[in-house]
Amino acid sequence: MTLKKIVEILKATIVSAADSSDINIQGAYSTDLMSNVLYYHAPNSVLITSLVNPQVVQTAEIAGIKIIVFTQNKKPDKDIIELANQKKIPLLVTPFSMYIASGKLFQAGLHGIQNN
Amino acid sequence: MVTNQAIEGSFQLIGGIFENAGNASIQLKQKLTELGIKEDVVRRAAIVTFEAEMNVIIYAAAGWLRYYITPQYIKIIAEDMGPGIEDIEIAMQEGYSTAPEWIREMGWGAGMGLPNMKKNSDDFKIDSVVGEGTTVEMVINL
Amino acid sequence: MKLLDFVKVLSLDVKSYSDGLQQDVTGGYASDLLSDVLANSKKGAIWITLQTHQNIVAVANVKGLAGIIIVGGREPQKDTLDKAEAEKITIMTTSMSAFETAGKIYQLLK
Repeated sequence: MTLKKIVEILKATIVSAADSSDINIQGAYSTDLMSNVLYYHAPNSVLITSLVNPQVVQTAEIAGIKIIVFTQNKKPDKDIIELANQKKIPLLVTPFSMYIASGKLFQAGLHGIQNN
Repeated sequence: MVTNQAIEGSFQLIGGIFENAGNASIQLKQKLTELGIKEDVVRRAAIVTFEAEMNVIIYAAAGWLRYYITPQYIKIIAEDMGPGIEDIEIAMQEGYSTAPEWIREMGWGAGMGLPNMKKNSDDFKIDSVVGEGTTVEMVINL
Repeated sequence: MKLLDFVKVLSLDVKSYSDGLQQDVTGGYASDLLSDVLANSKKGAIWITLQTHQNIVAVANVKGLAGIIIVGGREPQKDTLDKAEAEKITIMTTSMSAFETAGKIYQLLK
């Protein structure tokens, strides 16, 4: 699934400077707990979270996550955006809750991350 | 790999300061990538280092992260001056956490740190003395 | 739909207070942050989370949630289950991820 499609389904706004041309998302995580993100190995994923702090971006980089979606219109501050820009990770903000955002992406055919 | 000798380095960690959390892991990750180490090993090293870093920041007053890169393996040692762990066996269980609520609200404290570290290492050793601190030693084979 | 319907369709394991399976489900809420659940969840929702510690019981109780699904194959801690029985909160588990669990519940409720 492309960044463009995710933006469309989640009625999201891109808040970082994203070069999205070659992103092809194959799976999704919905969580607020960063160790959980590190527990599974699934590159080319999108992280859906309501946790807005710089460690989310750090964790995403370490885990190989390609896009971060913040739910319920929670907007990252400019430090977080700056960090994400450095790491070339697009940040999206969706008005939907994690449950609804997950539901919509799942319905559109995106899979969850399985235990490895 | 681009070296025949051991490369070593270290990071000092200050407890309670979350702004820097992840910096040591990311610097190490960059270094390993520059050395041409394969991606899976780099990822695992970054994860164990990050989790170790978070444990020191969450629980300890201060700590150190030391790394040794040889042609055969990467060894990462995280040593802290923290509260120590009373029962290591329980602490190693997935989901077991002693983290206070405010830590959970920051996205940590789900009890996955030590299990994640063990899972991503080829060799994992942990020693702890209550009231003095904890040392975790991890080896990832190249 | 009742909680029991979700248990059947999604093959959830029921870990506490099975009497609660007769409740009606109004929606879903996925979050691992207790303050967020306290602020934003709605009565009658199924709560999807990875958290296993006993504080989740009080939150579910206070908000009148239909039940809690602990995902990712995680097991609730013993004192969590004891508290859940005492406070009449139904806890279920699944090996599915939060994303998948939310996705399937969302589809069932549409």
